[in-house]
Amino acid sequence: MDLSRLEKLDDECWRIPARGAMRVPGVLYASEMLLRDMDDKVAEQVMNVATLPGIVRASYAMPDAHWGYGFPIGGVAAFDPDQDGVVSAGGVGFDISCGVRTLTTGLRREDLADAAPALAESLFLRIPAGLGSTGRLRLRAREMDAMLSGGARWAVEQGYGEHGDLERIEERGCMAGADPDAVSERARTRQRDEMGTLGSGNHYLEVQEVVDVYDSRIADIFGVRGGDIVVSIHCGSRGLGHQIGTEYLKRMVVEAPRHGIRLPDRELACAPLNSSLGKAYLGAMRAAINCALANRQILTHLARQAFHDVLPGAELRLLYDVSHNTCKAEMHRVDGVERRLYVHRKGATRAFGPGHPDLPEVFRNVGQPVLIGGSMGTCSYILAGSADSESRAFASACHGAGRAMSRHQAARRWNGREVVDELARRGVLIRAGSSRGVAEEAPGAYKDVSEVVEVAQRAGLAVRVARLQPLICIKG
Amino acid sequence: MESFADSAWEHFPHQADIGIRGYGPTPQQAFEQAALALCAVITDPERVKPRECVALACEAPDRELLLVDWLNALIYEMATRRMLFSHFEVELDDGRLRAQAWGEALDPDRHRPRVEPKGATYTGLRMERLDDGRWLAQCVVDV
Repeated sequence: MDLSRLEKLDDECWRIPARGAMRVPGVLYASEMLLRDMDDKVAEQVMNVATLPGIVRASYAMPDAHWGYGFPIGGVAAFDPDQDGVVSAGGVGFDISCGVRTLTTGLRREDLADAAPALAESLFLRIPAGLGSTGRLRLRAREMDAMLSGGARWAVEQGYGEHGDLERIEERGCMAGADPDAVSERARTRQRDEMGTLGSGNHYLEVQEVVDVYDSRIADIFGVRGGDIVVSIHCGSRGLGHQIGTEYLKRMVVEAPRHGIRLPDRELACAPLNSSLGKAYLGAMRAAINCALANRQILTHLARQAFHDVLPGAELRLLYDVSHNTCKAEMHRVDGVERRLYVHRKGATRAFGPGHPDLPEVFRNVGQPVLIGGSMGTCSYILAGSADSESRAFASACHGAGRAMSRHQAARRWNGREVVDELARRGVLIRAGSSRGVAEEAPGAYKDVSEVVEVAQRAGLAVRVARLQPLICIKG
Repeated sequence: MESFADSAWEHFPHQADIGIRGYGPTPQQAFEQAALALCAVITDPERVKPRECVALACEAPDRELLLVDWLNALIYEMATRRMLFSHFEVELDDGRLRAQAWGEALDPDRHRPRVEPKGATYTGLRMERLDDGRWLAQCVVDV
């Protein structure tokens, strides 16, 4: 990125002053090194988002930001419905409520020493992954409605997981305000065979070791110690979310002129929060959030079964579940006044700090767990929402490493088999459906997640708690 | 670039996703080539036998939106029928598209699919006549 149009506020915070049609400035949280590697398109997209009606305070980019469609991935923007604010399908993304959940297992590294290959096989067998894979669960129309309204709570009622899991999911496992009637028949059909599937691309299930603890007080409360084995699942709302994104994006493009909205890029398609289209999208998007929460809950159940087959002593307990492609109504203080804002986080994680009233009791004093996914072979992080995150970016933090290289470049540079063999030498077992998929997701195709996380901490977005190293990775 | 006379398709780089491009002497053929580029995101179209035919129709207020609709209709058919396609015949008429897509059931061992397209986006969207007289149909696909 060309830094000449940015004002440096401090080492981790850069500003693009409002000009032209921008209603607010752009703010990028990144080190100079991360910024130099960022595409100029990120700045362009941050500036485009700043032109949308009703945007409040600033258009933000997280340290892992990269070129998306419409909004950058790693983009955060809040809109006020009382100031003609909008909701944007492109500001949420196609994979609505894509997210990460991490489970503790009660196991130590040494417990896995001999069992790792058998566990990898058991997980690969139990977890449907990759293009065309189907789940065992087929939902009839009425069950689909119940799932779309109930989320993980519905899944637990169906026998997938435990009641105690719900407390440790954002929205306590069930997104309020979902409107199944706003979800089309085509979106339902696309989900018909996909409940409890992982998907492909950068989605995964990993067995990881806690290798570093940076804040032992918070780590104790989160229930992780150095040498512990944990499980992380990264996936989203599958075909249902993709279809909702597709359909509402088009409706928002077609109807924008009717709402007097001039789009600098069609991909920024949006509708006023108070319009019937805006409300229908919010209802459908919340239903897709519930679909993602139910999906991760079912996958958790399958992972528990796979562990039980190989290591019956393991006890998989949910640490937390976060979503990083959402738009949520939240209370935020702007210039001393509490306002209800619709915060878009696209490739960004909510990071409520200590004392936030929406947090479960157990996390009330330390802030919410913020789970940062790596790619296979690279580490992942557990962070906590910080006291400053509210004022920095409406309580938001990064979500992962972000790609440094296109899929095309990655597939030309690496061969899937070689990547699997190299990772095996480094102690990471990969079980994947697609060799080319493995090459496209090679660890070298991603930015250095450690640098992203360090910058997030220095910028006051979140506090570093622990680092996780993968041992087994199941991919599509 | 895969080429047959003036018809061709290619991929172009996008940091997180994949750009697809189809060229043809007519808008219809550019649409057909863009569809091949979409299928080549998943697998080599040469591996997909044109055994079964699926009929599709869509409409949109302009040709660019129609291109995105067309690609999304194919993504939907591939996802719900668990099929891949390798041959297309497109008819365009005043904002309406009717098409036949030929392909076969997904066979993971033989097709070795690499990634699942989630949706065609309006990013990098172009549907226009180039200076050399050919038509270009392109956009970025979220994978």
